[in-house]
Amino acid sequence: MASHGISDRVAIIGMSCTNFVEHWDKGLDDLIIEASNECFTSAGVAKDDVDAYWLGTAQGGMSGITLARPLQLIGKPVTRVENYCATGSEALRQACYGVASGAYDVAMAVGVEKTKDSGFQGLNAVPPPNDGTGRTLTAAAMFSMVAPAYGRRYGVDADTMRQAMAHIASKNHHNGARNPRAQFRKEVSTETILRSPKVAGDLGVFDCAGVADGAAAAIVCRADQAARFTDTPLYVKALSFVAGNGSGLTDPAYDYTTFPEITACAADAYAQAGVVDPATEIAMAEVHDCFTITELVLMEDLGFCPRGAAWRQVLDGRFDLDGALPVNSDGGLKSFGHPVGASGLRMMFEAWLQLRGEAPADRQIAGITQRARPLALTHNLGGYPGEMVSFVSILGPHVG
Amino acid sequence: MRGILGWGTYLPHRRLDRTEIAAFVGQGGGKGTRTVASYDEDSTTMAVEAARRVPGAVAAEMLMFATSFPAYADKTNATVIHAALRMSASALAIDLGQSTRSAMGGIMMAAHGTGTVLVASADIRSGWAGSAEESAGGDAGAALLFGDDTPSSPVVAEVIATASATEEFVDRWRSPGETRTKVWDERFAELTYGRLGQQAWTTALASAQIHAADVTSVVVTAPTARIRASLAARLGATRVIDARSSTIGVCGAAQPALSLADLLEQSGPGQIVALVSLADGADVVLLRTTAALTNHRSAPTVEGQASAGAPLPYGRFLSWRGNLSVEPPRRPEPARISATAAARSDAWKFGFVASRDRETGQVYMPPQRVSADGKHTDDMDSQPMANTVGTVATFTIDHVAYSPSPPIVFAVVDFDGGGRLPIEVCDCDVAEIAIGIRVEPTFRRLYVQDGLPNYFWKARPVRG
Repeated sequence: MASHGISDRVAIIGMSCTNFVEHWDKGLDDLIIEASNECFTSAGVAKDDVDAYWLGTAQGGMSGITLARPLQLIGKPVTRVENYCATGSEALRQACYGVASGAYDVAMAVGVEKTKDSGFQGLNAVPPPNDGTGRTLTAAAMFSMVAPAYGRRYGVDADTMRQAMAHIASKNHHNGARNPRAQFRKEVSTETILRSPKVAGDLGVFDCAGVADGAAAAIVCRADQAARFTDTPLYVKALSFVAGNGSGLTDPAYDYTTFPEITACAADAYAQAGVVDPATEIAMAEVHDCFTITELVLMEDLGFCPRGAAWRQVLDGRFDLDGALPVNSDGGLKSFGHPVGASGLRMMFEAWLQLRGEAPADRQIAGITQRARPLALTHNLGGYPGEMVSFVSILGPHVG
Repeated sequence: MRGILGWGTYLPHRRLDRTEIAAFVGQGGGKGTRTVASYDEDSTTMAVEAARRVPGAVAAEMLMFATSFPAYADKTNATVIHAALRMSASALAIDLGQSTRSAMGGIMMAAHGTGTVLVASADIRSGWAGSAEESAGGDAGAALLFGDDTPSSPVVAEVIATASATEEFVDRWRSPGETRTKVWDERFAELTYGRLGQQAWTTALASAQIHAADVTSVVVTAPTARIRASLAARLGATRVIDARSSTIGVCGAAQPALSLADLLEQSGPGQIVALVSLADGADVVLLRTTAALTNHRSAPTVEGQASAGAPLPYGRFLSWRGNLSVEPPRRPEPARISATAAARSDAWKFGFVASRDRETGQVYMPPQRVSADGKHTDDMDSQPMANTVGTVATFTIDHVAYSPSPPIVFAVVDFDGGGRLPIEVCDCDVAEIAIGIRVEPTFRRLYVQDGLPNYFWKARPVRG
């Protein structure tokens, strides 16, 4: 029993990402076609060159036919996957294992979500028929319980917590303002963020991710064949996944200041990629900032800083675009928006741009392409404190 | 000897100040307060709360439930109470009719019947905005346990006589499906009830071979305070106790048991006491309290509950009663519950029964089949949690989630002796919730969809 990983055995040879906005004029199929066609062009392959497909969508449709029909895929294996908000990452993970196993030469992962057709606020899951005893709380409410718990544990007063969370929101809006694909392209001051109306607990509107429609895609092949398609592939160093057992909800020892699923998931990813000190070895990170407090805690769970230090390092600007470890250089869920099935692939798309030096000049991370072993980490979670799934990938432009 | 073995009462947390009514509507209202069932309560949940407070209720061989405002028609409501109390499957659970007098029917049948019988009653009283019924009504639950005297469950008040006087006349009425009670001429009702009340009273005294002066205390329940006062003045009993219409209101089918409990709580052993109920006729129960009365424990008392509670703005009252349409949260409404899934989780959903790991002692809420360490399957004991108090470990206020009355107060609760559950907190203002406060489980109706009430447990602050 072990997690061996498939480090450097699979390469990403093409990627795409639509704008993440309220696509009132585009349906799920339109988003799929747009992202897929751009991805075929990016990889320089034709539809038929792709041997197998994985579609990630949380609620966009059932089965692989949701992808096969709009793309008119003839006789292809197409699998629809769902893993909460980590759905897009899960699609890529399966596609990578598909080629790493030798079963296929070229595989594609497409993530898509049409969130804005419901007319409701936020994201809404449709539970299966049940006995009516489950929680019906919003994700914001569940995550809002983290901020006061964290503040208490580390002796950080509520005002300082608010400042740190506002810094995260402001940072991500700053980055998103420099991203033509992002949902919210305006810088927002911490003052405005602090004044925003409350959604749940101490979380205001500006502490919450945007909800958008969108799609993103990636095409992968075996690493030894990457050169046939591109000179600048990204190599998959690590793919790890942990589905929590929900124990945090029932275990009185859980204190809402950390997400154990993520700590375990990150440890597996670092082992796969041979990363010993993530705080210095990771050059950039795209993390699941569904709420500002989530991003704060993730800095510790992902090993970017010691326990209890994230709030200070956030305020010190360490994770800003020009900081030592830029986090969410594309604006994150906060300002890029969160089409559930697409978000995980969107994170990788930012790594694809940054590590290949293709990000817009005003948000290209300085010096990243000159690093000896520039590594990008993407982290994608689904669920709630106490009951979540976690995905971590590590990508790099070089073998080894 | 047969009589009352125990009782329990429940007054909801919220109070409507009657002076708010006229200020809002321009008419109606009055003095004092009335009790208001919360948006997440119905007659069934209030009956559960009252019955849970009756010592020994779980062991009853029969359960009768009376209300004029049932959650279900066609389907029995008493089975929900039966499930929440975790009564024996062999116990009969039935609903009485949908009139206020049906509660007295239950009391009469239990008084003269056999075995241990739990009579649960609850009501929600409504009328048009600004109406006398809306103002004078109250919401409550009350339950009485009847049975034969035994050393382990002694009779606290022996039934020495009952009497009834019946006549067809229209006083208050409501068509099935309607929510607002209508009223005929009050003076007509007063005269009719006065005549029938005296008739039943005289019959009961004769049957017990006593005189009115032998009755230490009597309580009269009636549709209005005026009708009650009119008869009470003519009974000749030593003492007439207040039915608390100025603080609680007139609670329909719940009123007879509520007032009888109140009467017993104010009585000592060895006294003759009487309940006179006026509801579509007159019914009298004469009781002689026993020495065991001193040892009866049902907390809290009616008086204690009547003087507690927290105010509810009239606008909220109207929206809870469906008399004022307020924009709901822009979130999807929950789906109706699955009857089959609910049946499978009976013990948890209705009885709040968790599981306890035989190896580690860990309590799982909801119950699990596999232990947290993954090593054991079906190595668990049942762990009832309904009477276990807990402490708020952390909490939040959700302004966005769907609720019939937002915002939702929500807490992670650690129960004494083990077990943690993230659970909704009710009867709690936003300013009241705090880490470390003590909360207790309470049976509630989360929402209704497709006519199916979704019953489950919430936590409420432990008060007083």
